[in-house]
Amino acid sequence: MADSQQISTGAKTGAHADLAVNMLHSPKERAVEYALGFCALVSVLTTLGIAAVLLVESLHFFAEVSIVEFLTETRWTPQFIDKHFGIWPLLSGTLLVTVIAALVALPIGLMSAIFIAEYAPERVRKVLKPGLELLAGIPTVVYGYFALTFVTPLLQTFVPGLNIYNALSAGIVVGVMIIPMVSSLSEDAIRAVPRSLAEGAYALGATRIEVVLRVMVPGAVSGIVASFILALSRAIGETMIVTLAAGAMPNLTANPAESVQTMTAFIVNVSLGDTPQGTVEFYSLFAVGLVLFLMTLSMNFLANLIIRRYRERY
Amino acid sequence: METNERNGSSPAGQGASEGAKVRVENLDFWYGANHVLKDVSLDIRANEVTAFIGPSGCGKSTLLRCLNRMNELIPDTRLEGRVLIDGRDIYRNADPVMVRRRIGMVFQKPNPFPKTIFENVIWGARVNGYKGDEADLVETCLRKAALWEEVKDRLHAQAYGLSGGQQQRLCIARTLAVAPDVVLMDEPASALDPIATAKLEETILQLKERYTIIIVTHNMQQAGRISDRTAFFYMGELIEADATEQLFTRPSRKRTEDYITGRFG
Repeated sequence: MADSQQISTGAKTGAHADLAVNMLHSPKERAVEYALGFCALVSVLTTLGIAAVLLVESLHFFAEVSIVEFLTETRWTPQFIDKHFGIWPLLSGTLLVTVIAALVALPIGLMSAIFIAEYAPERVRKVLKPGLELLAGIPTVVYGYFALTFVTPLLQTFVPGLNIYNALSAGIVVGVMIIPMVSSLSEDAIRAVPRSLAEGAYALGATRIEVVLRVMVPGAVSGIVASFILALSRAIGETMIVTLAAGAMPNLTANPAESVQTMTAFIVNVSLGDTPQGTVEFYSLFAVGLVLFLMTLSMNFLANLIIRRYRERY
Repeated sequence: METNERNGSSPAGQGASEGAKVRVENLDFWYGANHVLKDVSLDIRANEVTAFIGPSGCGKSTLLRCLNRMNELIPDTRLEGRVLIDGRDIYRNADPVMVRRRIGMVFQKPNPFPKTIFENVIWGARVNGYKGDEADLVETCLRKAALWEEVKDRLHAQAYGLSGGQQQRLCIARTLAVAPDVVLMDEPASALDPIATAKLEETILQLKERYTIIIVTHNMQQAGRISDRTAFFYMGELIEADATEQLFTRPSRKRTEDYITGRFG
């Protein structure tokens, strides 16, 4: 009894003394704070650094090639004697592949998201969702090889005159690659719509498809659109599949059967080649990279804007 | 259990001989292995307010949700027995969608759609193929739900801008637009303040002229104020169902008496 009395009094006096110590500013707390802050800073600084390098190196390029030529010229021939630096062939290649990928991924991704969220029984959902997400784990080089050696020969059997390197095959496979992104994010958005809204709709005598199309999807529209945009910006930046399967011919065309070169594929080809540093071809890499960076950056901004603007509040 | 006997407090002309609007026969219900309704038989008369009371988990909300087949939206449930509306079985050879169009439901928490007031009211009518004058229907339903005067100048404003009580009356208007005979209400006032509750109760009393209303409530004073008949549930069983006045003043079962006098629950 007496002992415990003493201990508790001792603890009390100790506690009084400790009040003066500022734990938040102890060296250990500070060290942790700085370490965490440093890690957070690394990624921000890296992004800023990359943007700065792209910008500075692009200035070298634009010192030799006018920005007017870059934006109006329709040929991209940096490795020819007669050099032309018009971004359009590369841009059209990228857009063509992206549009094809979107046509594949958006409907399939959204519909599978709806199926998983509203129709699939729990058992099926448990298999289907990880299965779809597994698609996202396949290395892109495997997709590229698959496009070149399987999809293209398959397409050639019913698309006459299909080039061995073509935008169609690459676009389809890029589309398959981004399906999980669309379906997974859209499904999360659909499931986030409160169950009470669906119940209210069912209680009004709505059928399942009416509940899905008139309550769940409208309620999730901001998340769904954001998933579309994020998936598309992934498609724009996709490199390996298009390098392997779409070709290396900058080609201003809207014909998916032709060979095209995307911005990313151009960067790969020139980086791998023996382009001497300091030449205009070398600097063109950074200009193309800058365009690519601006495109994906603005799509991410757009996605954020849409998430905020069109969120249905419940 | 005899729940069908004639009694003095029911409105003129209503009696057992006319048959029940809704009849529950030997209903058993399971969530997984959990037996939540045990051999419940009950008749509900047309144009009356019937209240289901009982402690939490007694099965009163489950029974309510069995009456418009909402429970089958939950996986792993099982039902035995029969539920009849106007003598017609709602589980055999019946489509749940058609059942829910005749038996509407208002939920515990107001759940308007994230749309305008107008769109909320017309939503159910539209999915049910309503082809008449929409503005007319919206006005009629909002009037019946006693909300018209408060919202007539802002029909195209977002429903979420309304107060909780207004949202709940909007949900009632939305249900009425589908033209049901029976309206189920699952503790409709539990999220509302006393003034909004009084307003809602007034609305319910007006509605019983045209609709049969079944209301689940935790609040015995509320059951006393608005219901013609009351059914008391305990542990998944229907203990007693009678005219409200009778049940509250001279309950025939000890368990009912204990509950209404506040000895448990």
